[in-house]
Amino acid sequence: MKKISLLCLSCMLVVAIQAQDMTPLVQKVRAKIEQVKDYVAVGTMKTDVSFIKAPIGKVKVYFKKPDLFSIKKEGGISLLPKGGVSINMSSLMATTSFVALSAGEAVVDGIKTRVVKLLPMNENSEVILTTLYIQEATLLVLKAVTSTRENGTYEMTMQYGAYQQYGLPDKVIFSFNTKDYKLPKGITLEFEEETKPLTEAEKIKNRKGRVEINYSNYTINQGLADAVFKK
Amino acid sequence: MQPLVKITALTKQFGHLTAVDHLSFSVEPASVYGFLGQNGAGKSTTIRMLTGLIMPTSGEIEIFGLSLAKHKKEILQQIGAVIEKPDVYQYLSAYDNLQLFARLSGIRPTRISLMDQLAQVGLAERAKDKVAGFSQGMKQRLGIAIALVHQPQLIILDEPTNGLDPQGIADIRHLIIHLRTEMKKTVIVSSHLLSEIEQVATQLLIIHKGKKVKEGNASELFDPAKTVVQLSTERNDTAWAVLQNSVWQPYLERITPEGIILKVDRRQIPALHQSLVQLQIPLISLQPRHSLEDYFLQVTTPGYVDTLSN
Amino acid sequence: MWTLFQIEVYKIFRRPRTYIAFAAITGLIGIIQFGLKLDGEQYVEFMMRDITSSITIEGNILNGYQVCYIVLQVLLVHVPLLIALVAADMISGEANMGTLRLLLTKPISRDAFLVAKFMATMVYTLLLLIWLAILALFLNMLIFGTDDLFLLKSSYVVLLRENDIFWRYCGAFAFAALAMSTVAALGFLLSLFANNSIGPIVATMSIIVFLTILSTLNIPLFSYVKPYLFTTHMIGWKEFFDIKVNASNEALSGTIQHPMRIIQSALVLLAHIVLFLVVSIWVFRKKDILS
Repeated sequence: MKKISLLCLSCMLVVAIQAQDMTPLVQKVRAKIEQVKDYVAVGTMKTDVSFIKAPIGKVKVYFKKPDLFSIKKEGGISLLPKGGVSINMSSLMATTSFVALSAGEAVVDGIKTRVVKLLPMNENSEVILTTLYIQEATLLVLKAVTSTRENGTYEMTMQYGAYQQYGLPDKVIFSFNTKDYKLPKGITLEFEEETKPLTEAEKIKNRKGRVEINYSNYTINQGLADAVFKK
Repeated sequence: MQPLVKITALTKQFGHLTAVDHLSFSVEPASVYGFLGQNGAGKSTTIRMLTGLIMPTSGEIEIFGLSLAKHKKEILQQIGAVIEKPDVYQYLSAYDNLQLFARLSGIRPTRISLMDQLAQVGLAERAKDKVAGFSQGMKQRLGIAIALVHQPQLIILDEPTNGLDPQGIADIRHLIIHLRTEMKKTVIVSSHLLSEIEQVATQLLIIHKGKKVKEGNASELFDPAKTVVQLSTERNDTAWAVLQNSVWQPYLERITPEGIILKVDRRQIPALHQSLVQLQIPLISLQPRHSLEDYFLQVTTPGYVDTLSN
Repeated sequence: MWTLFQIEVYKIFRRPRTYIAFAAITGLIGIIQFGLKLDGEQYVEFMMRDITSSITIEGNILNGYQVCYIVLQVLLVHVPLLIALVAADMISGEANMGTLRLLLTKPISRDAFLVAKFMATMVYTLLLLIWLAILALFLNMLIFGTDDLFLLKSSYVVLLRENDIFWRYCGAFAFAALAMSTVAALGFLLSLFANNSIGPIVATMSIIVFLTILSTLNIPLFSYVKPYLFTTHMIGWKEFFDIKVNASNEALSGTIQHPMRIIQSALVLLAHIVLFLVVSIWVFRKKDILS
């Protein structure tokens, strides 16, 4: 009986240790990101969605604390995942009331990271859960998976380079879910023979889309008017 | 002299209908060849074959000594034709129409030359007016101007007086005579109206149901010495008996319910009239029937017997 | 031949009926432009409703290039009737007017006459397409400006960059001219068989409607004949607005997804034009002119 009790207590202690609070780590990461009050970044955006054929386009990305974010194409039409691309690390980190729990470790692009679950305390928050993959040594978030109320789940993967001291990535890849797209051929006046139907695996693959932004230059903390973010 | 036009065994069939049946004739240069026949006799079909509009089923057409089948373009350069009513472009003016067809005929006449042509047919003042506003006679004149614009050697006129008033008919007649006598052109003119043909034709062909019925010199076919006269009296049988005992006996042909038929020289008619008065024959009417008209009606009606030829 | 050709072109453009087609196109495009200028945003929303459930589209979608595409989609279904108005009248109209017999008593060969008329018909078709291009493309570029072109296909969408569009429209209009020339050649052939242009015009449109139905219906039986129908290939101009992607699904500017389809369609249309012309010459050589 005593032995069983001791065993249970040990298990509970292990669990308790494992579900430890990651708030300090998250706050360190946030402090790094909060060096940046605003930035204007120039880059290229590639849209990789199965039913979209779009060339790479030049974009300008604007950010202003706490959560103003805009991607603008220099003329032309841009295609962005609905509601998703406005999510960026700075916005994710903007909330102060959250619970940060450790969820172990994982390897992202060959780099060992600490997995942290961020649960916003605000019940009305658009974001329900964010899972961060943090490289502890550099305090950089290499990957973030965010679940939202209205717009499904998004995944962001970051690669860093010249601006890592500010926590600003050189490359961001947004992955998101898409719906099937189909228009009747009678409307589009296409008379070619039907292509062979997709397998289930292909259909599942086609329901995922990606937007990849490669940043070539950041202009940081030079001041930015709010008018820039108006549509 | 070699004929200008030589037609040999010309035939045209439209399905089961034989519109022209082994027709042969020749047209001499500087003549007016009259083509006479009722409506539907095959005149227009023959003329359309002469101008290359219709392909013959069989037979040969030679014009200017050349086969039409092999030398159509050269032949048509020397032909000017007005086929039925001359339809031109209603939305163009008379001048523009004439210029257009002149260019198609291979010539580029000057403005003065074209206006001259229009003046010859009495259309100079209406040169710039759209043809849509022209009368039938004016269109006919324009058609003739178009046919003559390139100075052809052979002029073919198919029913040229259709729809014309008496003045218009007279103008056409004078034109045809002028073309032959002054300009030494050869003219083929077709009609169903005897009165038009007889005044202009030097040669004649009567066609009926696609077949040649008679061809010959005009003077042979409507010799005034063979004028048929029909007398109508109160008592034809009594008059017949009286005439048989008179100097007019050799001229008597027959007695019909309508009257007495004689064949006299046209110039003898006044004397005949006088005799009838002297013989106290009560005359109701004396009708000289034109020999050609009679001839035409006889040869184009069923049961024809050639009683008028020698 | 040159003289004949000049005369035929002259006759076409002196005739009031010719300008009906130009006026109709002007009116139609004007109405579309007016409507889109007023209510274009709603139209675009309606068009994009399927895709905006997962994608946000930003930018000036309703620009001159987009409007031109909309115009072409609508008009190139109806322009064949306007082409037939003149093409199907070329011989039958002359017969009806009575001028055919006058023309053919002139020293011109029937072949030369027919080919000249055919070439004049092609000139008319080409000029009509040029007019369409001026109004649908250049005028819309002025009114609505230019930007990228966003196109909805049946199973995917295409985004073409602004600097990658104009040459595509040049190709599309050239192809459309070929397609309309096929319609003109058909109308021209049919006009040989009547003395009145109503019959050939109706017959031309009936054939196009009938063959278009065969081209669009997905019935397996029809799939054998579809590749040979010119109506199947008349919409080949749309292939200019599809683009290749590389292995990472990046669209490659300056490319066409299926260039061979364009070439094949063009060859089929050209073959039809040649066939219609050859048959026309053969028929006309034997034709008795009774009008």
